[in-house]
Amino acid sequence: MDIVPEITRQSITNLVKNGKREDGRELTEYRDISIETNVISKAEGSARVKIGGTQVIVGIKPQLGSPFPDTPDLGVLMTNCEMLPMADPTFEPGPPSDDSIELARVVDRGIRESELVELDKLCVEEGKHVWMLFIDLHIIDNCGNLFDACELAVMAALKSTKLPVATIVDEEVVLSEDETFDLPINNELALCTFVKIGDKMVIDPTLDEQRVATARLNVGVTKDGHICSMQKGGKYPLTKDEVLYCVNTAITKVKELIEYL
Amino acid sequence: MSEMIREDGRKFNELRPIKIEAGVLERADGSAYLEVGGNKILVAVYGPRESYIRRLLEPNSGVIRCRYNMAPFSVDDRKRPGPDRRSSEISKITADALRPALMLENYPRSMIDIYIEVIEAEGGTRCAGITAAAVALVDAGVPMKDIVVGCAAGKVNDEIVLDLSEVEDKEGQADVPIAMMPRTGEITLLQSDGDLTEEEFAKAIDLAMEGCRQVSELQKEALMKKYSTE
Repeated sequence: MDIVPEITRQSITNLVKNGKREDGRELTEYRDISIETNVISKAEGSARVKIGGTQVIVGIKPQLGSPFPDTPDLGVLMTNCEMLPMADPTFEPGPPSDDSIELARVVDRGIRESELVELDKLCVEEGKHVWMLFIDLHIIDNCGNLFDACELAVMAALKSTKLPVATIVDEEVVLSEDETFDLPINNELALCTFVKIGDKMVIDPTLDEQRVATARLNVGVTKDGHICSMQKGGKYPLTKDEVLYCVNTAITKVKELIEYL
Repeated sequence: MSEMIREDGRKFNELRPIKIEAGVLERADGSAYLEVGGNKILVAVYGPRESYIRRLLEPNSGVIRCRYNMAPFSVDDRKRPGPDRRSSEISKITADALRPALMLENYPRSMIDIYIEVIEAEGGTRCAGITAAAVALVDAGVPMKDIVVGCAAGKVNDEIVLDLSEVEDKEGQADVPIAMMPRTGEITLLQSDGDLTEEEFAKAIDLAMEGCRQVSELQKEALMKKYSTE
């Protein structure tokens, strides 16, 4: 149960109405962002991202597996998110919650739909062996806006991923012990998350802003300004103008975010 | 024989390099980060808070709940997320190792949650988890009789050595992880697997306790660093 004190609701709503925020930011301003890559030496790719007090760690582990029958020559991406009970007093241990599944799927959609990972280069032997990339997100501190932090972390980790060179010898896959190749990536992407408070849209919400918000919109945009994923959340609707405003703002903001990568 | 040099160049009674940091997370009531060798461990503590899980509630005492969890990317072959039998057992004995230091009788109907996340594993994670959890408990301001500390000794190439690395653990002949309260020397966790004579076991436990005392100083240093006002 997440109860928001009425006084918090009123103070945040009033601030936003006047174009201000609880931490003094502009409505379209992000908190401080930091990205570290290669933080886990046992993972083939990894990153730790902080946006304000929010912290996520992502690790990428490859495994050889069979391709899906309808895409015999493409590698496979799998994104999983653990909202660790360490991150928030209301997160519980156990199977992933609805929120955690939505988070993983929205992050995954951006990566998948922008086609920035060249999955055809992850095929070792058509129809038999392809690389499967397991992208495991660990939320360790939740101070709001997990979506953008997770997408940045995955993007940074993918860029740092190195896979062992695989060759076929006598119909068996042999992995090179010392030779690796960079995961082929042809684009970059970031997610911009907005919430609606009163009648204004606010970027990069803090936890309290998220709690009092009536609606949420995630916009995934690539480096070249193409929209590749979107998701509306929250209990209340958005108008068309609000959506168009968010898309327009996201396209400029994503350029800033990508510079951190 | 004590001149033996180990696979990673350590002496028989030498710990791997350790780094401990207190108070690393924003939301948790208390937290700690610990690196020992290739291990990276994060611990968060919540509580004492009202027990919202009815079946765990005790009318005349607090309850400690512990979750030891390994990240899927913490090991060479990806681990499936979620609890398995090994981590359930470690969660239980970790709670048992920390409980004696806590004054739970002062917190009826409450619970203390300890979340241990192994971000990267390289042998000896259960002891490292206990060491880090004790620091996180202090960071959370939970009153305690002592700061529990964990360390392991084991047998590799017929020698009793301190603080086994991953390779030594896999190839070694025995592993004896312990946790203790350094002020009284009371042992709060003890496991042993592998082959040891009575004499070797006595040697191992002495060595592990000596290791605990060294790690204990590092715990205090980390807390002093965080909380000293200078």
